[in-house]
Amino acid sequence: MEILRLNQISPDQVILFQWGFVHVSATLAYTWLIMGILLAFALLVGRRSTPDVKITRWQNLLEVVVGGIREQIHEISQEDPDHYMAFIGTLFLFIGLSNLLLIVPGYVAPTASLTTTAALAVTVFLAVPIYGISRNRMGYFREYFQPTFIFFPFHVMGELTRTLALAIRLFGNIMSHDKVIAILLAVTPLFFPVVMHALGLLIGMVQAYIFSILAMVYIASATQAHEEKQHTGKP
Amino acid sequence: MDSLTVVAFASIITAGVTMALGAIGPALGEGMAAKHAVSAIAQQPDEKNTITRTLFVSLAMIESIAIYCFVISMILIFANPFWDHFAVLAKGG
Repeated sequence: MEILRLNQISPDQVILFQWGFVHVSATLAYTWLIMGILLAFALLVGRRSTPDVKITRWQNLLEVVVGGIREQIHEISQEDPDHYMAFIGTLFLFIGLSNLLLIVPGYVAPTASLTTTAALAVTVFLAVPIYGISRNRMGYFREYFQPTFIFFPFHVMGELTRTLALAIRLFGNIMSHDKVIAILLAVTPLFFPVVMHALGLLIGMVQAYIFSILAMVYIASATQAHEEKQHTGKP
Repeated sequence: MDSLTVVAFASIITAGVTMALGAIGPALGEGMAAKHAVSAIAQQPDEKNTITRTLFVSLAMIESIAIYCFVISMILIFANPFWDHFAVLAKGG
């Protein structure tokens, strides 16, 4: 916890290393760490995975996580989850792991910085039209002019504000947890911060869940709104 | 009072008021959402998964309003741009 002082609002301000004009902030370093952990885990376990009945415990963990994500995606989109698995699963695993590692001393979650969460929200903002156009072709753009063309600016505004809300929500939750822990450590040092840390694990997982569920809901609304109308429109 | 004192005074009080007023609405909203979700689960226990997922998503939506207020008050206390501006002015002048 000492790595991020109380009056620093973002881990971007913590410079860990510096070579010339290259500054490696805590956000960057810990983002790489999480990417490394996820990649190493996937490579090590995925390479040794077998379709056998007897599996290693790591493969069991991988199957539980992947199966859970696939099930959630299927419940929302009502279609083959493989199409969305790469994007939604990556979002969930990255945010979830970065929030879970909060209990490690000296670690600052990269999601406690507005730059990381804004980047994640921008990927969702871009993924919605990509999935929508790949599914509905020009029908995706027609959605912007429903019910009349007057609603076009409101649709655009809605897309922008929900991207902003996605970024601020994740950033605010994780950053506020960091600050609450730091303040509690100064006030009641021994027992109470531990309880808050346990609560922080729950908050972190719920936020990762919410972020990926909302991304899935936005994508599903872009890909499916047009299809339903086509089905009902046909005699 | 010089301008630095006024900025500190206004920022601290506004941060407290922002948090106090901004927590009322989301608290009422979350309470109502949870109440209706619980009664819905009591009526239809089979639909528990769907209701719980919708509840979580809507709770996050409601809570983000309180989080906006929190971010504003955090910025006012820890990263106040007006404070920096007037601190530079006071040092220079």
